[in-house]
Amino acid sequence: MNPELVHTLRELIPQIQGYIYPNEIEIHWGLLIVVYPYITGVVAGAFILASLVKVFNVKEVQPLYRLSLLTALAYLLVAPMALVSHLGHPERFYEILLTPQTSSAMAMFGFVYAWYLMAVLLLEIWFVHRTDMIEWAEHETGLMRHIHRALALYSRDTGDRSVAFDHKALKVITIVGIPSAFLLHGYVGFIFGSIKANPWWSSVLIPIVFLFSAIVSGIALVILLYMILTPLTGGKISMRCVDKAIDFLFYAVIVDFSLELVDFIHRVYQSEEEIKILSEMVMSKLFASLIIIQVLLGMLVPLTLISLTKIFKKRFHLNEDLRKMVYFVAVILIQFGIFATRWNVVIGGQMFSKSFRGLTTYKMEFGGIEGLLFAIFLLALPILILAVLTKILPPWKEMHGQPAPEGVEAAGS
Amino acid sequence: MPLSPFAGGGTVNGRRTFLRGFFSVLLSGGAIGGILKILPSKADAGEAPPKGQNWYGFGVSVDKCIGCARCMEACKSENNVPREPFFFRTWVERYILRKNGTTTVKAIAPNVEPSPETASDKSILRSFFVPKLCNQCASPPCVQVCPVGATFQTKDGVVLVNENTCIGCRYCIQACPYGARYLHPGTRTADKCTFCYHRISHGLLPACVEVCPTQARVFGDLNAAASPMSRFLRMNKIHVLKPGLNTEPKVYYASLDGEVR
Ligand code: SF4
Ligand code: SF4
Repeated sequence: MNPELVHTLRELIPQIQGYIYPNEIEIHWGLLIVVYPYITGVVAGAFILASLVKVFNVKEVQPLYRLSLLTALAYLLVAPMALVSHLGHPERFYEILLTPQTSSAMAMFGFVYAWYLMAVLLLEIWFVHRTDMIEWAEHETGLMRHIHRALALYSRDTGDRSVAFDHKALKVITIVGIPSAFLLHGYVGFIFGSIKANPWWSSVLIPIVFLFSAIVSGIALVILLYMILTPLTGGKISMRCVDKAIDFLFYAVIVDFSLELVDFIHRVYQSEEEIKILSEMVMSKLFASLIIIQVLLGMLVPLTLISLTKIFKKRFHLNEDLRKMVYFVAVILIQFGIFATRWNVVIGGQMFSKSFRGLTTYKMEFGGIEGLLFAIFLLALPILILAVLTKILPPWKEMHGQPAPEGVEAAGS
Repeated sequence: MPLSPFAGGGTVNGRRTFLRGFFSVLLSGGAIGGILKILPSKADAGEAPPKGQNWYGFGVSVDKCIGCARCMEACKSENNVPREPFFFRTWVERYILRKNGTTTVKAIAPNVEPSPETASDKSILRSFFVPKLCNQCASPPCVQVCPVGATFQTKDGVVLVNENTCIGCRYCIQACPYGARYLHPGTRTADKCTFCYHRISHGLLPACVEVCPTQARVFGDLNAAASPMSRFLRMNKIHVLKPGLNTEPKVYYASLDGEVR
C-alpha cells in the first residue's frame, strides 16, 4: 500500500464536482503522459522541417537542416523515458516487445519507435555526416578522432561514387522518412483517438490534429534553437532563413488552428450526451490552459504578431532587430501553446467522469516520478543531449551559412 | 430473450463470420492479418460458446437493492481490495430523481446508513440503488487495448488480469467505459471484478451474490436454460449499461432507469 497516494486522493475528494465513478478519483495518466506526446511531437515536427528543406529544396532554410535532424534525434532519445517511467512496472517494459498484442495501439510503440530511430533518423544523420566525419577525423587528434572514425564506421571513401551513393540514399530515406514521421506522431494520436469510452479523445481528427500541432511545435522549436545558438556560436542569424521558416510555421499554425476549430464546431454541433459535461469542464477546469494559453496565447497572439510583421515588413522595411524580437516571442508562445494542447488532451480527457455527471481534478505532484521536477528534467534532457550531439556532429558551419562542406551541399540537391 | 447474451449470437454471428472470412480472402497476408485484428472483428472476444461450455453472466435487480453495502464489504475482503474508498471492484450508486427533473447521484459508503430523506422529502420523484461492477463485456475494449495481453478473456467469458505480466500502463483503465478498473496500489497492476473467478470455478457463487440479503444480485451460466440466471433473463425486462458502445455487457439489469449510465 502506498499511504502517500491515499493521502493525495483524500485531498482531492472535496474538489470533485457532481458525480464521478468511485474509481475515477485518481487521474491515471499524469504529467509524464503530457510530456510524452509533446516530445514525440517535436521529433516529428523537426524531422518534417528537415524534409521540407530536402524535398522542396528550399535553399533559404538550409541552415536549419542539420540542426533539425539533431534536435529530432535528441528528443527521440528521451521519448521512451517518459512513457516507461510512468508504468506501474517499468521493469516489465520488454513485455510490450516480446508479447505485443496486435490489437493494442500502445503495443506498437516499440516497433514504430525502433523503425523511426533506426531506419530513418539515424540513417539519415549518418549519410548526411559521413563525408564530414571522415574529413574531421583527418584533422583531429585524440578521442574525437576515434569517435569520428568509429561513427563513420571506418569508411574512408570520399570519392565521387560513394558521395553520389550518399545522396541517393538520402533521397530514399527522406521519402520513407516523411510517412514515418507522420506515422510516429499520428500513431501517438491514435493511442488517444481509439479510446471509444472517452468522447474527449475518441475522434478521427485527433491523429491529424496531433500531427499538425507536432509540425508546429517542431518548426517553432528549431527556429528558437537557431535564434539562440547562432549568436552563441559566433554566427549571424540569417533573416532570410528565419523569415522563410516563420512562413512555414505560420501556415502550419493556421492549418492546425482550423483543424482544431473544425473539431470543436463538430462536437458542439453534434451535441451528444457528453457535451454538457465537456463544456462545463472547458469553462471551469480547462479555462486557463485551453482558452487562455492554448488558443489565445499559443495561437491567436503569435498568428497576429507574425501576420503584422509580414504586412509591415514590406511596407515599412521593418527593422530586423524588431522582427527578430517578434519572432522570438512568437515561437516561445507557440511552444507553450502546444504544451498546453497536450495537457488539455491528456489531462482534460480524464477530468470528466465517464458517467458524464461530474468532474474530478488533477493535483500535480512536485517530487516523485510523476512529479513536476522529473517532468522538467525530461524536458531539459533533450537540450543536454543536443549539446553533446552538436559537439560530435557540429552543425555550425551550415547554420552560419558558410558554403557547406560537400556532404550538405549535395544533400540539398 | 430480450438481449443476446452471447458475443454475437445467431444471425449476427453468421454475418460476422462471413464478413471476416470474406475480408481475409480479400486481404490475405501476414501484415494485413495484423490489421484485421484491429478491425472490430473482436478477434479476442468470446465466440458463441459451444454447448456444454459455461458462459457466465450476472443479473442485477435494481428494484431489490436496498443499498446495505454488504456486497461492497464482502468483495473487499474476499478479493484483497484496499479498504480505502478509492478502489472498488463493485460499488452501489444511489440515484435521487426529483420532480423538477434534476438527478443526484452518489456512491454509497459502507457503514453509513443511507439517509431517510426519501420518505419526508416531497420533491423526490423516486430514488433507487444501482449496484455496479465490471460488465465482463463480451467485446471488451479493455482487452483490445492492453499492449501485453495481460487483460484477457477466458473461454467462459470472464475478463481477467494477469498480475504477473501487467505492466501497469493503465491503458485498460482509460478504455473501460464503466469505470470498473483501478490500479491496485499494492501490486501496481490493473485490477477489477473477476466474478470471483476463484470461487465460481469451484461451483460457488461470487461473494457479493452470496451475501446480498435481498437477492438483488444473480449469477449463473447463460448457457444453462435452468440456471437462476437464465430464469432472471426470462422473467424480467433487461437492459445493459451504455449499449451504444457495443461492448456487449454481460451484467444484465432489471428495472433499470434511463438515467443510469
Ligand atoms: S466493464 Fe470495463 S473492465 Fe469490465 S470487461 Fe468491460 S471494459 Fe473491461
Ligand atoms: S495496465 Fe496492465 S492490464 Fe491494463 S492495459 Fe496496461 S498492461 Fe494491460
